[in-house]
Amino acid sequence: MYPKELRYSKEHEWAKTEGKRVRVGITKFAADRLSDVVYVELPAVGADIAFMQPFGVVESVKAVSDLYAPVSGKVVEINKALVEKPEVINMDPYGEAWMILVEPKDPGELGQLMDAAAYAAMVGEATS
Amino acid sequence: MSGPETTAAAPRLSSLRKRPVPVIFERGAPGRIGYSLPASDVPEAPLDEIVPAAHRRAEPAALPEVSELDVVRHYTALSHRNFSIDEGFYPLGSCTMKYNPKINEDAARQPGFARLHPYAPEEIAQGALQLLWELEHDMAEITGMDRVTFQPAAGAHGELTALLMISKYFEEKGERRHTVIVPDSAHGTNPASATFAGYKVTEVKSDARGNIDLAALTAVLTTDVAALMLTNPNTLGLFEEQILEVARAVHNVGAQLYLDGANFNAILGITRPGDQGFDVMHLNLHKTFTTPHGGGGPGAGAVGVRAHLVPFLPAPTIERAGGRFALDHERPKSIGRMRAFYGNFGNLVRAYTYIRTMGAAGLREASEMAVLNANYLLSRLRGAFDLPYDRVCKHEFVLSGRRQRDRFHVTTKDMAKRLLDYGFHAPTIYFPLIVEEAIMIEPTETESLQTLDAFVEAMLAIAREAETDPDLVRTAPHETPVTRLDEVTAARKPDLRWRARTASDPR
Amino acid sequence: MKYIPATQAERERMLRSAGVRTVDELFRDIPEEVRLKRPLDLPPAVPDPDLLAHMRRLADRNTDCDRLACFLGAGAYDHFVPSTVPHLALKPEFLTAYTPYQAELMQGELQAIYEYQTMMCELTGMDVANASMYDGASATGEAASMAADLTKRAEVLVSTAVHPEYREVLRTYTSHLPITVRDLPARDGVTPPEAARQAVTDATAAVIVQSPNFFGSIEDGDALASAAHARGALLVVAIAEPVSLGLLRPPGAYGADIVTGEGQALGNALNYGGPYLGMIATRDAFVRRIPGRLVGRTVDTEGRPGYVLTLQTREQHIRRAKATSNICTNEALNALVAAVYMATLGKQGMRDVAELCARKAHYARTRIAAVPGYSIAWDAPTFNEFVVRCPMPPAEINRRLLEHGILGGLPLGRFYPDLADCWLLCVTERRTREEIDRLAGHLETLQ
Repeated sequence: MYPKELRYSKEHEWAKTEGKRVRVGITKFAADRLSDVVYVELPAVGADIAFMQPFGVVESVKAVSDLYAPVSGKVVEINKALVEKPEVINMDPYGEAWMILVEPKDPGELGQLMDAAAYAAMVGEATS
Repeated sequence: MSGPETTAAAPRLSSLRKRPVPVIFERGAPGRIGYSLPASDVPEAPLDEIVPAAHRRAEPAALPEVSELDVVRHYTALSHRNFSIDEGFYPLGSCTMKYNPKINEDAARQPGFARLHPYAPEEIAQGALQLLWELEHDMAEITGMDRVTFQPAAGAHGELTALLMISKYFEEKGERRHTVIVPDSAHGTNPASATFAGYKVTEVKSDARGNIDLAALTAVLTTDVAALMLTNPNTLGLFEEQILEVARAVHNVGAQLYLDGANFNAILGITRPGDQGFDVMHLNLHKTFTTPHGGGGPGAGAVGVRAHLVPFLPAPTIERAGGRFALDHERPKSIGRMRAFYGNFGNLVRAYTYIRTMGAAGLREASEMAVLNANYLLSRLRGAFDLPYDRVCKHEFVLSGRRQRDRFHVTTKDMAKRLLDYGFHAPTIYFPLIVEEAIMIEPTETESLQTLDAFVEAMLAIAREAETDPDLVRTAPHETPVTRLDEVTAARKPDLRWRARTASDPR
Repeated sequence: MKYIPATQAERERMLRSAGVRTVDELFRDIPEEVRLKRPLDLPPAVPDPDLLAHMRRLADRNTDCDRLACFLGAGAYDHFVPSTVPHLALKPEFLTAYTPYQAELMQGELQAIYEYQTMMCELTGMDVANASMYDGASATGEAASMAADLTKRAEVLVSTAVHPEYREVLRTYTSHLPITVRDLPARDGVTPPEAARQAVTDATAAVIVQSPNFFGSIEDGDALASAAHARGALLVVAIAEPVSLGLLRPPGAYGADIVTGEGQALGNALNYGGPYLGMIATRDAFVRRIPGRLVGRTVDTEGRPGYVLTLQTREQHIRRAKATSNICTNEALNALVAAVYMATLGKQGMRDVAELCARKAHYARTRIAAVPGYSIAWDAPTFNEFVVRCPMPPAEINRRLLEHGILGGLPLGRFYPDLADCWLLCVTERRTREEIDRLAGHLETLQ
């Protein structure tokens, strides 16, 4: 149900290690709960983000949610195509809808995130 | 008894309303005019000598080119695609959509008020100043406050005014406080105003009876708290039963107690915030005091204060000395100004006229009937919908559409849209946030039993439809000029102004 | 009584349904100590005929602009209001309607506001305008907050030629935000662009000017925009007299980033200061930071065009503590009034009324300059207001003019102590040549 190679935060972000960098997005659970996403606000390239601190915002028509950083570090790339077409979040949350690519400061932080099974259990509880 | 409201509730909006109305820019023709102004009667002079060409616009603003009849037909057509209190029932919780009396309009539109310049010397504005002075006196008596300002243009504006006064109060005492507390049921303007006033916001949960949780509140009441912002009756329509304990706890840490007076229609002549221990409060004159909502505004916010906050009121205040009324600008501790001039005076005239119409007994009767009407509706609807807090309500109450959502996949939004087909405006929905699928209903005292019963019939019919014909409800409304609108595209690709379409752009 | 329809029999029925015997039982949860034990001490209820007489007497104690030739402006303008305006905008279908949250039921209101937004864009030369703010002063306060948020900078510069009450409100509004307000002194009746250029730093979020300014002078918009933009600051232009935009270059044309202002002049009554009409308009790029409501055009499920409140996630009811503004109720009806006014005057009429103002003001300016002892304070070009230096206290001049049915201009000493001999006169299209001549004539004979 949730991709096994990813790590998950309790705020529904996913983190994917790609060599020395970490790619970040939000999970299908979060995307479904927002329903139609209308807008995504991402930080500037070069911005510093901190573990579990807000780094951006995702909006639907009726709701706004902060995006929380699953790792601390520097933003090296942002997904401009997502800002152009935010609806991609609802269609491909783990692929096309990646949000930022980060050069992590402390790769140990990834250990504080959940694996796919733990995340599935967390959201499974939330929906019962 | 007669009239469409008393027949079995049935969709009845006329087909006239469904005809689309082109934007006014698509009416008219180049060169057509709809105005009449005199020719210049002063000596001719080259325009360049009057306003240099560099300062003049190259092209006139592309406003409509229409005849007077075009204008009349356009806005008349638009007026038919609206719903208003004059047309029908608006059970919007928290909004107090009571009847807007016509005599208030006659009073306010007199040239002596409407054509008075705000900087007219006081000697020729004595009528206006007297009205403001008397209205302040009335509001102070109604609320149990010591003085009242009318500068705020709306409730949220009043909230900000009050929070700035509270900040100044602490500054004068040499204290710095950084936090404002709001209950989790608070109206969105409360935390937004607190942020605008520079505060951090702490939320406190409500308890099982719908009151603010006293233990949770006490736990966060430190000397860093500047104020608790409370609505009473609260946004669940329930009176805060422990208000005296709450006031004591707040004052124990030296904080200020603020009342969001949006729900004042429940308590006119019955209890007063000043007596409950509130230090400062706002009233929405466009709710309790009948000033018209105008499609979103203007409102008028009155802010009342106890004596210790009087020095911080916005300047000027209105004073009376020996039968003469004057503006007092000499207020060295004032927070300053919240707007230019004195307030939404036109609406203050309306509120004043209303208070003179009602008198003390009339105002009390208004609240008593507002509360009785609400409890009557509650008694008739509680069987068909979930009731999160089973208490005697005040002027409004909150139901939940959870049962319909869980059993039939019909949401509160669906049911609200279906209510439009029955000729009623929907109640307030999805507020307060602490109730799932919230439906907040406030009838007000100006609605008749016939209207209430027709509304009940419609609500019960929709509850049945949710079960027997859920698709009909899920795709409602069907009888309005438009069906459900694509809000997603509206937010993704905002189209916020008309642009002339060229032949190559068929949009 | 007439607003409370429930008869005695109906009340009994409702009490029974609610399961109580008396209304009093419904208030049982209010602690005894705070239940009022006496009636409110208010004047007794007044029956309609007596009430109207009372309200008439109160109104008669004012001398309004129907009874005076009004040469007073200073942020509130006596313009001619076409008859269409009250007959259409104040129709009960608009007057007694609520905010159009249930869009399907309120297409009329929504469309009218969408058209208003469009007209304001046309008038100001900006990309997007909102559905109204409270008034010009508070709109300017909110613009400062918006500029600080957009630039992530903490300082705003405001010209002393901006309406003094707007500047006061700006300071009150920012008093507890991390924003500092610094004055940019006006000279010779205008904001000197060179002084602006020197005052703007990398910490400046915005330069705020008004044009025509409080003294009536038209500011050098291009130069001020350049001064602001040179250091990455925004130019905020406040428009207190929007009729001027029928003739003058709109702020969008000279590089304004945010336009705020007061729409009272567009068909709204003087009403002793309110309700008025705050305006705010900006560039497309800044739309998600603009405060207040926005109406957008979209389609329904059948593909029919329709209108809806949009980008609501900026607002307090969704963002709550993180909202960029707390505004909820606005001045929608006043916006509708402005829309009907602009529709009635139309493209040609807005131009004509503005030109009439300018011509008559120019005539008055020339006539008064020729009165011995009186001079025009500054050379700067003006629209329909200008400052006169007087040989006697302007307040005294006004007192004497009032005896002749003339409402004189604003004595500037109350706001600018060093301009105590100065008088701000306003001439709109309503002033006839005869009234202007009469004014000049009285000045000639006053001692």
